[in-house]
Amino acid sequence: MDPKLFAYLAAGLGAAFTVIGAGIGIGKLAAAAMDASGRQPEAAGPIRISMIIAAALIEGATFFALVICILLALK
Amino acid sequence: MLNGVQELVPGDSLAAKALAQPESSSAMFTELFEHAHDAHELQLPFLGTIDLPRFAPLHVAGLTIDLSITKHVVFLWIAALLLFLVARAAARKSGSARLPGGVRNLIEVFLEFVRDDIVLPNMGPGGIRYIPYLITTFLFILIMNVMGIIPYGSTATSNINVTAGLAIIAFFMIQIAAIRSQGLGHYLAHLTGGVHWALWPIMIPIEILGLFTKPFALCIRLFANMTGGHLVIISLIGLIFLFKSYIIAPIPVAFAVGINLLELLVAVLQAYIFTMLTALFMGLGIQAGHGEQEHSQKGH
Repeated sequence: MDPKLFAYLAAGLGAAFTVIGAGIGIGKLAAAAMDASGRQPEAAGPIRISMIIAAALIEGATFFALVICILLALK
Repeated sequence: MLNGVQELVPGDSLAAKALAQPESSSAMFTELFEHAHDAHELQLPFLGTIDLPRFAPLHVAGLTIDLSITKHVVFLWIAALLLFLVARAAARKSGSARLPGGVRNLIEVFLEFVRDDIVLPNMGPGGIRYIPYLITTFLFILIMNVMGIIPYGSTATSNINVTAGLAIIAFFMIQIAAIRSQGLGHYLAHLTGGVHWALWPIMIPIEILGLFTKPFALCIRLFANMTGGHLVIISLIGLIFLFKSYIIAPIPVAFAVGINLLELLVAVLQAYIFTMLTALFMGLGIQAGHGEQEHSQKGH
């Protein structure tokens, strides 16, 4: 068995788990934002801006893991 | 069915090579990914390929630095030139007109956006002196990101060296804002973290390392967002090469159009996020300085 096999396998599994984590996190964030907008529709603008900022930060953490997976797959 | 396509394809392009050799699709993928990387030649529409000058690597203090001009460097310069010309046109006195018009109006829209939504909420009135740096960052990153979506263009921010340079400048600006507001003595005192002096040898290296994590995250976030979008588009178009038929082509092209639109949104959003996070970190330093002033005024 080629030792590179484990690197490719790890890259694939790592990317999958990373996206699961990001999906759950941003999903909860969006649910909370929808609830808050429903309770107070006039605050929808600032809530939307905060939601986008938090989503970008969560995605930033996701991309850390993704970069590691890409490095594993390419080397 | 594939034979008729061979005449339509330019002789030395990737498609011709793909049609010539029927196997090795993984080698094809690797070649496709090269489009997202830096290259030593520039491809112009209808005019062919230009070879960019290469310089011999410099050996300085044990490091090998290669200063040759590559595709990303050319696009960095184009973005800087564009920004300089636009800013110069916007800053000219408007003569006898009372209302600003044209380029000046457009730049004023961006400037008001940066001032009212990024600087004032995060840094307060003391942040007005940092607006030139923040608007430059915002417009520079925006222009570089959007140029990657134009055909034959290339995203300079998808090179980690470019984003690292931007993050290093952001790091210095954050420290400068904190030192200006708190004074050098209080800034160094914050580095110790308020623990007993016996713990300082442990605390200070950790705090100094902690100063570097925020710009590092800025760098990686911008790099990964820009590279990821391009990789997805290249993978989708590569499906056409993988199946070696042009019948299935509408499906990947439709997906690629959708991803292109998403990439446009991500380009604008990432420029905004970089600028806003830099302003946030600078604001934290400035507010710590204001807290110090109130303490020293109240507690004599």
